[in-house]
Amino acid sequence: MNEPILRIRNIESFYGPIMAIRGVSLDVHPGQIVSILGANGAGKTTLMKTVSGVMDPEKGRITFDGQQIQGSEPHKVVQKGIVHVPEGREVFPLLTVDENLSLGAYTLSDKGQIDHDRDLVFSYFPVLKERRGQEAGTLSGGQQQMLAIGRGLMANPRIMLLDEPSLGLSPLLVQEIFGILKRLNDEQKMTMMLVEQNANAALELAHHGYVMEIGRIVMDGAADVLLQSEDIQNFYLGVQEEGARENRRWKRKKTWR
Amino acid sequence: MDNAQLLISGLANGCVYGLIALGFVLIYKATEAVNFAQGDFMMLGAFVTIGLTNTEYMGLPFWLALPISLMIMGALGYLIDRLIIRRLFGESQTAVVILTIALGFVIRFAAGLIWGHEPQTLQNPLAGKEIRFGGLVLGMEDVAVIVVTILLTWGLYVFFSKTKLGLAMQGASQNQLAAYYMGIPVKRVQGFIWALAGVVAGIAGILFAAKGSVDPTTGLLGIKAFAAAVIGGFGSLPGALAGGLIVGVIEPFASRYVAAGYSQIAPYALLLAVLIFRPHGLFSQVRVKKV
Ligand SMILES: Nc1ncnc2c1ncn2[C@@H]1O[C@H](COP(=O)(O)OP(=O)(O)O)[C@@H](O)[C@H]1O
Ligand SMILES: [Mg+2]
Repeated sequence: MNEPILRIRNIESFYGPIMAIRGVSLDVHPGQIVSILGANGAGKTTLMKTVSGVMDPEKGRITFDGQQIQGSEPHKVVQKGIVHVPEGREVFPLLTVDENLSLGAYTLSDKGQIDHDRDLVFSYFPVLKERRGQEAGTLSGGQQQMLAIGRGLMANPRIMLLDEPSLGLSPLLVQEIFGILKRLNDEQKMTMMLVEQNANAALELAHHGYVMEIGRIVMDGAADVLLQSEDIQNFYLGVQEEGARENRRWKRKKTWR
Repeated sequence: MDNAQLLISGLANGCVYGLIALGFVLIYKATEAVNFAQGDFMMLGAFVTIGLTNTEYMGLPFWLALPISLMIMGALGYLIDRLIIRRLFGESQTAVVILTIALGFVIRFAAGLIWGHEPQTLQNPLAGKEIRFGGLVLGMEDVAVIVVTILLTWGLYVFFSKTKLGLAMQGASQNQLAAYYMGIPVKRVQGFIWALAGVVAGIAGILFAAKGSVDPTTGLLGIKAFAAAVIGGFGSLPGALAGGLIVGVIEPFASRYVAAGYSQIAPYALLLAVLIFRPHGLFSQVRVKKV
């Protein structure tokens, strides 16, 4: 198999004295979708923040395309081609859809490239084109998620870190968004690291999966193998209860938008 | 004096309050902290320009002194962020607020030391000129203040909505975390916002010193501008300007029609009323607040 584009080795990350990531290693190969599964609080978001440079690891190495990037400033990481589509959308609420997309391309300066990327985003998310002049805060949850993904694409990334893109969305919308992610992977060869609690959907989409528990990787394997595994089946059933809680949390969060 | 003339001179004062209020809001939106030295920045901008252009000091030509003084104010804002505020990263916003109050004391002290405590005015080409307009006699300075403020407002609008850096400033103030994720160098952008706040304070100071006199305590009128910013809804730039205009216009009318001793509290009475009846300000963008 080809060399991994993203190689994470023995990463440890802390919130103050709390150790949230306890020695995680994983590989993402170019063109692959790698899913990271795990219950709430397992450390999936923290792992992504550590890759994108929003948090610095205490120990360990992260290698992207042969270069070590652990502890780099977030804007340096984006310039290298890693974009983080955060949990909970995090759009710029008072800026328009178009302006949000423009900020996604902040690290680029080639106007032609930016226009091309914007057309690409609109071809995958036609609703964003219809609403390009609308303030992002007034979009529905699903549209905001599409904007968050589209804004990530505007950075012209080589790998996207997608943190729970299905959070709080209806099953139909989840299907739509996962369909678009699959197309992006097939047609644009976009490499993705996907965090999900919706294990079934994530493994259907992914090539490879990792399972995290309290800051550690406890299992990994090819996605189709994991799908059949009994542990995952149990884990997946466990997640369904979590789903309801997530929904409530999203509702609470949504009130301030 | 005619009501229309009261209105014009009130608007001219209001422009200065509005520009200081704009500085408050710029920094508040970027850093969630209030820079209580903003009024003193204004005073400093006035004295720096006086120092450059007045004949008893350096005596540079007025139009040369302007850009130099604005550059000095911009650099000062940038350096204050870079060397002082950024050190407090991670500390509570109260720490930043207390620091800016202390900074105000330092600026007042330094200005007194350098330029003395006597009131001074900026020697400028418009001084003493008048415009007659219908039956009105308007001070040229008042008109210039209003015109400059309108132009500056328009320029800021274009900057914030059309330029990449302006958009990034908006983004960083609406959702700082998302700005990091998008690769916006948030700290550098905040430095630019402090620089911009310094330039705007400089312009306010120049306008103020062109139409009246300044002394080192002049910056204390920043408290009126603070009221103006609150009246306008602390998160909104147009609101800050509008709040400034409202306070500016209320003052001369209150002192004309309300008994002396009560008239001075008019802006604060309005502030109180706004806080009670529209706690987010008259022109607030309530959705902007996230927590
Ligand atoms: N800002 C924070 N401060 C302190 N602890 C945190 C913070 N964010 C997350 N944690 C803790 O770190 C652990 C991992 O959290 P997180 O990475 O968000 O998990 P996940 O994304 O898998 O739900 C959890 O135990 C959580 O309580
Ligand atoms: Mg998470």
